[in-house]
Amino acid sequence: MAQTKKPFEGRGWTRRGVLGAGLAAIPAGAALTLIVRPAEATPETMKDAIKKVVGDAEIRKGRVKLDLPPLSENGNSVACAVTVESPMSAADHVKAIHLFNEKNPQPNVISVHLGPRAGKARIDTRIRLSDTQTVTAIAQMSDGSFWSASANVIVTLGACLEDNPT
Amino acid sequence: MTAQALIHVPKKAKRGEVIEIRTMISHVMETGFRRSQSGEPIPRNIIANFACTYNGVEIFRAELFPAMTANPFLIFRTVAVESGTLAFKWTGDNGFAAEQSVKIEVG
Repeated sequence: MAQTKKPFEGRGWTRRGVLGAGLAAIPAGAALTLIVRPAEATPETMKDAIKKVVGDAEIRKGRVKLDLPPLSENGNSVACAVTVESPMSAADHVKAIHLFNEKNPQPNVISVHLGPRAGKARIDTRIRLSDTQTVTAIAQMSDGSFWSASANVIVTLGACLEDNPT
Repeated sequence: MTAQALIHVPKKAKRGEVIEIRTMISHVMETGFRRSQSGEPIPRNIIANFACTYNGVEIFRAELFPAMTANPFLIFRTVAVESGTLAFKWTGDNGFAAEQSVKIEVG
């Protein structure tokens, strides 16, 4: 029994040192989890998704009204209404309404196709939002023009977080 | 798989009147972006398409994405043109299909 040293003695292992080392390791762990998470949609991916629908046509502001609450406590269900100003006649009607988001994992939300038989160009639905972000609605008219409106929603509890231990 | 659908359409309408159609169907709308407790990705399971026909003519169609809530809820409008049937069809992942129809009387 030549050695009766305590395990950590003389190696600089102090309580403070051990805690500090643990803290230093956290950023490394956080970086790893970030890599594992699916890529989020960004304003750029939203632009790409919009481009797929619109092509090179010009998108004008107006004629579309996007009703969203300015603040939502639960991102799992956000009430949303899109109204488009249109006579909805055979000659002049809304052909489609598309809804896009910036920060969910995927930029598309819903695309609806309607016609003069709708009578009124309005849809109401409920959507999921993962974070505080801007939602954009785009209406495609029968004459080929595109009109848009955007709204910002502050989300206190994002969708996807519940039951998701990451 | 049986899914319960709730549809609200006025039973009677005047010709030319714009009627409101409310639909909701029970469905998890699993996004495909979540992971289970054990870290396995949960596969996507959503309703991807919805269509409504009025006496056989399509009047409304929608493509749904994972950003729709569970139990997708949708209100849209149509002009009451004649008495008949409004038929609704939802289709989605894993061969999901549900159909339902309601009668409307137009006077």
